[in-house]
Amino acid sequence: MIELDRVSFWYHGQADPVLSEVTLSVGEGEFVLMAGRTGSGKSTLLGTINGLVPHFTGGHLDGTVSVDGVATHAHPPRELAHLVGVVGQDPLAGFVTDTVEEELAYGMEQLGVAPQVMRRRVEETLDLLGIADLRRRALRTLSGGQQQRVAIGSVLTMHPKVLVLDEPTSALDPTAAEDVLATLARLVLDLGTTVVVAEHRMERVVPFADRMIYVPGDGSVVDGEPADVLRSTPVAPPIVELGRLLRWDPLPLSVRDARRRARDLDLPAPPVRHEPNSGVVLLSASDVVVRYGATVAVRGVDLTLRAGEVLAVMGRNGSGKSSLLWALQGSGPRQGGSVTVGEKDPKTLSSAEARKVVGLVPQTASDLLYLQTVDAECEAADRESGASAGTCRALLDRLAPDVAADRHPRDLSEGQRLALVLAVQLSAAPAVVLLDEPTRGLDYPAKSALTRMIADIASDGRTVVVATHDVEFVATTAARTVVMAEGEIVSDGPTTEVLGGSPAFATQIAKILGPDWLTLADVAAALPQAAR
Amino acid sequence: MRTATYFLPRELHPAAWWLWALGLAVAASRTTNPWLLGTILAVAGYVVVARRTDAPWAMAFRMYLYLGAAIVFFRVFFRFVFGGAEGETILVRLPEIPLPEWAAGIRLLGAVSAESLLGGFYDGLRLATMVVCLGAANALANPKRLLKAMPPALYEVGTAVIVALSVFPQLAESVVRVRRARKLRGGGGKRFHVLRAIMIPVLADALDRSLRLAASMDSRGYGRAGMVDARKRLVTGALMIIGLLGVCVGVYATLDGSTPRYLAGPFLAGGLVVGLLGFRTAGARVQRSRYRPGQWNLAEVVVALCGIAVAVVLFTTSSVDPTNLNPSLIILSWPMLSWAPLCGVLVGVLPAFLTPVPDTEKVPA
Repeated sequence: MIELDRVSFWYHGQADPVLSEVTLSVGEGEFVLMAGRTGSGKSTLLGTINGLVPHFTGGHLDGTVSVDGVATHAHPPRELAHLVGVVGQDPLAGFVTDTVEEELAYGMEQLGVAPQVMRRRVEETLDLLGIADLRRRALRTLSGGQQQRVAIGSVLTMHPKVLVLDEPTSALDPTAAEDVLATLARLVLDLGTTVVVAEHRMERVVPFADRMIYVPGDGSVVDGEPADVLRSTPVAPPIVELGRLLRWDPLPLSVRDARRRARDLDLPAPPVRHEPNSGVVLLSASDVVVRYGATVAVRGVDLTLRAGEVLAVMGRNGSGKSSLLWALQGSGPRQGGSVTVGEKDPKTLSSAEARKVVGLVPQTASDLLYLQTVDAECEAADRESGASAGTCRALLDRLAPDVAADRHPRDLSEGQRLALVLAVQLSAAPAVVLLDEPTRGLDYPAKSALTRMIADIASDGRTVVVATHDVEFVATTAARTVVMAEGEIVSDGPTTEVLGGSPAFATQIAKILGPDWLTLADVAAALPQAAR
Repeated sequence: MRTATYFLPRELHPAAWWLWALGLAVAASRTTNPWLLGTILAVAGYVVVARRTDAPWAMAFRMYLYLGAAIVFFRVFFRFVFGGAEGETILVRLPEIPLPEWAAGIRLLGAVSAESLLGGFYDGLRLATMVVCLGAANALANPKRLLKAMPPALYEVGTAVIVALSVFPQLAESVVRVRRARKLRGGGGKRFHVLRAIMIPVLADALDRSLRLAASMDSRGYGRAGMVDARKRLVTGALMIIGLLGVCVGVYATLDGSTPRYLAGPFLAGGLVVGLLGFRTAGARVQRSRYRPGQWNLAEVVVALCGIAVAVVLFTTSSVDPTNLNPSLIILSWPMLSWAPLCGVLVGVLPAFLTPVPDTEKVPA
């Protein structure tokens, strides 16, 4: 179905090719997972399939890519629209119309499909994706998972033979992500569509994949069965890491397989948990209420944060996590209750004063950056915070060494940019640091770097709050976890108890070994040397 | 024509509402009789209330009413300020402000007569009624559907307008988001500095987004059937331009009585024909289809005819019995109302009863 024959690609003026001499062949009805670090050429490889690379991006492509016998270098992406459906990272940015039904029909209108056929296909697609009740809704009012499914539907109506998705689940909460993946699996099974998915968070996709393509970043690709490819990749989901640790062969890819293998595993007593944090109280909030008109976002939340603590806030999209963080910082709305940080309420302080007490890194961290170079941003941060010159740069070096001073902030990788924003916010030396969805778009190494940064910040006697969907990240980063639903805190306690006991939030390791084990590090530490 | 489905809830073709509203507006332009104008206003308002949806553009009808009220107010107010002493019934004598020689002909304040105030009121009311009629069309017809109903030759323009319309709420959203984020960084600094700190992330965001939209549209087949050879394009362009010129000359000649008559009708008709031919050839090359295009059924015909009927009745009355349509401003009296134009205007309210209700399936927020 997809044939790549000695494909090389490079941008003009750059010495190293992004892809060099890649030869691949993907068959009909295969579910292919494409993995690799950010900037490894994964998106480029994905873009060659429908000709966006090089027709849209520029650059030079050697060799031939053909889909169903049609060579992409001879046809622009629009001429391939009936063959290849592409769903980008941010579905909202790709929507052309504004209601669900029109969006589904848009591609067919371009192809000149007959009106009766269009009508029928729209109805079929609405049912196939389970979005029939959303048909008249405005696209902007949908949740992330719904938007992602509409985006998939809008290319499915053209009946493409190949579906290409770039990080379809990275912004979704665990349940919505499961929905989207189940939809994709159904397409492969029922319609025989070839599906190619690029994804950082492999753990959920691996069980579905027939085939895995790993892009290491040196221009080559590793291609094969997931179990074979994952044996040696530097990035791997926790399940595979566990299999590697215990020298299981073949590697288990699904929780079910791993459970079966773990049955005869003789594990020592579960690790002893840390005793409750007894640091000084840095922030205490009681009865916090946030509402937008008639919608109540936060419904009377009490929260106490102590020095040296790392707290994770979880919950589905729209459960009030962001609103709570903004209310704690003081610049978001708060209609009731009190927040006290060192005898002061951040809401009553000026914004320059408030950030010296509580620092917040918003969801789109790049909103805070507006200057041309990293150095300029650091200097501006020192000035704004009244810190001595070089404070921000020193913080940045501590969080993420080797960020070139003359780079444009927009050219940094997601992880480096997050580190820069964190450094900017930390230069005001707040006692409490809040991070809203920091793991978006981060790959495994960037996430473990973030975990180290957070531990580092907390060890200074500050407290860090992280709102996130990423269960595995929470398990390795936070000691305490709060789960929110409909603006209320529904559970609050040590991460082990909160995550281990919940079917939706359990980590892969907990699903395999039981609620007492959360992370790979727990298992590795508990295993006797001999068994390793 | 099927009748069983006539009253099933659906959205009418936007062009039907526009024809109806233009009919009312044309009718309003023929009269200054406040009773008739008031009836037209009432008719438009009643139909809007009966047949609008709860979409944002439908809720904007109130704005047109405010605008209309403002127009009437200013018309009357200006008669006060710039003098209105025509007529005999002087109501008040304001002190006149003497103006220098070069401003001869302009009078500030001074005597104000009832006749001139009434003239201002009638005039303002007529303009206000026409504005409200257009507002009614805006409230009843979904603007996006109207854009979709454009001929295929204008498809690209329509798409561009739709995309541009959806950019504005997004831009507003990112300004709000960045301003909020700006506060997190202290938010101080000089004004220019702050502006830059907000504009740069917003513009970078908008640029990113438009690139992604372009990539998405390209990979979904936008513009795939747009290739035609240069000769055909030349012919199409020439036809359209000649047609447009013909229409311009024709319209000018029709409105200006002193130009020779042969420039009016023939040029207008000829220009229209040539222009439509150009449209057809431009549209013929387009191999696109429309998803659920607006239907033009009996209900649409009824709506359009009602509007046209109102205009026709007032046109005929104005040539048969013009006095009651434009009440005298010389002899002050209550304006009279005759049956014929009143009944004619009341035809305009029929769409409120003779059309299917709009499909107001509740949209969960």
